Amino acid sequence: MNLVSRPIKFTILCLVLGVSKLAFSTELNPQFHELLENGLRSKGPVQLEFFLQLDPIQKFCSESSVDIQGDKASLLMSEARQQIQYPDDGDYVGDWREGEKIAQSGKGLRFNDSDDTKNGGNCYACHQIRKEELAYGTLGPSLYQYGKLRGYSKEILRYTWGKIFNPQAFLICSNMPRYGHKGILTMEQMRDLMGLLLDPESPVNE
Amino acid sequence: MGRLVINLIRLGLVICSLGLSHGHADDGTISAVQEYRDLLSDSNPAELWILSGEELWFSTTNPNEVSLEKCDLGKGPGVLKGAYVELPRYFPDVEKVMDLEQRLIHCRMVIQGLSRYEATSYPFTKRGEETSEIEMLVTFIASESKGMRMNIPLNHVAEKNMFDLGKQLFYFRAGSHDFGCITCHSGDNKRIRLQELPNFKNQEQARKTYGSWPAYRVSAGEVRTMQHRLYDCFRQQRFPEATYGDDLMTALIMFLAKSADGGLYNAPAMKR
Ligand code: HEC
Ligand code: HEC
Repeated sequence: MNLVSRPIKFTILCLVLGVSKLAFSTELNPQFHELLENGLRSKGPVQLEFFLQLDPIQKFCSESSVDIQGDKASLLMSEARQQIQYPDDGDYVGDWREGEKIAQSGKGLRFNDSDDTKNGGNCYACHQIRKEELAYGTLGPSLYQYGKLRGYSKEILRYTWGKIFNPQAFLICSNMPRYGHKGILTMEQMRDLMGLLLDPESPVNE
Repeated sequence: MGRLVINLIRLGLVICSLGLSHGHADDGTISAVQEYRDLLSDSNPAELWILSGEELWFSTTNPNEVSLEKCDLGKGPGVLKGAYVELPRYFPDVEKVMDLEQRLIHCRMVIQGLSRYEATSYPFTKRGEETSEIEMLVTFIASESKGMRMNIPLNHVAEKNMFDLGKQLFYFRAGSHDFGCITCHSGDNKRIRLQELPNFKNQEQARKTYGSWPAYRVSAGEVRTMQHRLYDCFRQQRFPEATYGDDLMTALIMFLAKSADGGLYNAPAMKR
């Protein structure tokens, strides 16, 4: 004999599904969603429909009180770490001269940019990097002498790559963009930035 | 008359500010701007926007040939003093919360007979083109509250709701770069490149910042409104374009105005 009747089973199933959907929901509250949908419009490379689909990390970090120590945070970070694409060994460090240009450029993905603008990294907006560049921001830590201070070991290469690819894999809700994960920069561009930070010949490490 | 003068002065000031804004990007830039500000401290060019805005307020050159004196900005028809420091607010006649610019759109359409397009299509002056009437009107109306204190009690449930939505937007992180207002405006002494970022979680900074707009931007040679500032932050944030005059901006402005509650309203200021 079946102890639980079918309608009750169905209800339990719905509850379980409902709860798990809640826990991982990336949907916005309807009133807020409507506000965004009516008040914003697609332009250039920024498409509203795409913009309104938050990924789980964006949803999590949009709450005004975020628990960055909790289980949810650890889960999101470990998922993000698994999704990092690393280059082959020996292929981490590109051309620092190109890297410097990418670090300087703030172009790309703004509504006034054209679709084919080559995206920059805009690292100087937030970081000190080369000593000569005095117009740097302070939202992030100084990266001057990055390699000189940390060394050029495989662990450092791997960590730094991961950090540029997806900083939130190591610190959830970091203010730094997820350059690799969100496709802001290409693998090639990230290699060149690695060169800027981790080539012993780069002026950053003089 | 006033408007012609503005356009002449804009030209002159742009030329003389070029030397500064294109100067070497070192910490000297900040002190050079400060010097320039001190030099002009008694004579903020925004005065001209105020004069022209006043002229426009009383002007009858519109489809219905009536001035804006019947426009109720919340303190009764034609009452300007203290209106801005209590906005955004709930307006019973339209049963919604409006900021100054939404209310102006409303008055210009309903009282003066402008189309929605005419009342909204040119909010921000473009380089080399005529000065936006909206910027002049806003600068005039806001300046009538200079020296008063921000007063945003959120008594009406619709006002409270607008504030909550604005707060959500402030913390909302999305788009290609995961940026939200919170990314750039929640820490003390932070900069993007050399530009100092106010921290809106700090009440003193929120008050000082909110109380300084509209402002004469030395680098642009224009008076800019808070709407324009926010429009540009959306751009830097990699957000879609904000539609002028929509509730979205009103919600955000409600949140910022409330963050500045009790602060001295001291605009128009002068800025980089
Ligand atoms: C909007 C701000 C912002 C931008 C733009 C930015 N970063 Fe960061 N970055 C941060 C912040 C904040 C941290 C510290 C918190 C963290 O570790 O996530 C950081 C940390 C780092 C670290 C780790 C430093 C360490 O000692 O562990 C590296 C490496 C780094 N950034 C490189 C870059 C590069 C390369 C770029 C450009 C492609 C860049 N950042 C752009 C804000 C930014
Ligand atoms: C990526 C960085 C970034 C983001 C995100 C950002 N802003 Fe800004 N904001 C700036 C910069 C840079 C300035 C200073 C510009 C200057 O000095 O010319 C600024 C200036 C301002 C000012 C005027 C400050 C003053 O001193 O008078 C206000 C108000 C403001 N932002 C509000 C916001 C709000 C609200 C949001 C979210 C909708 C936002 N910002 C998002 C970078 C940002």
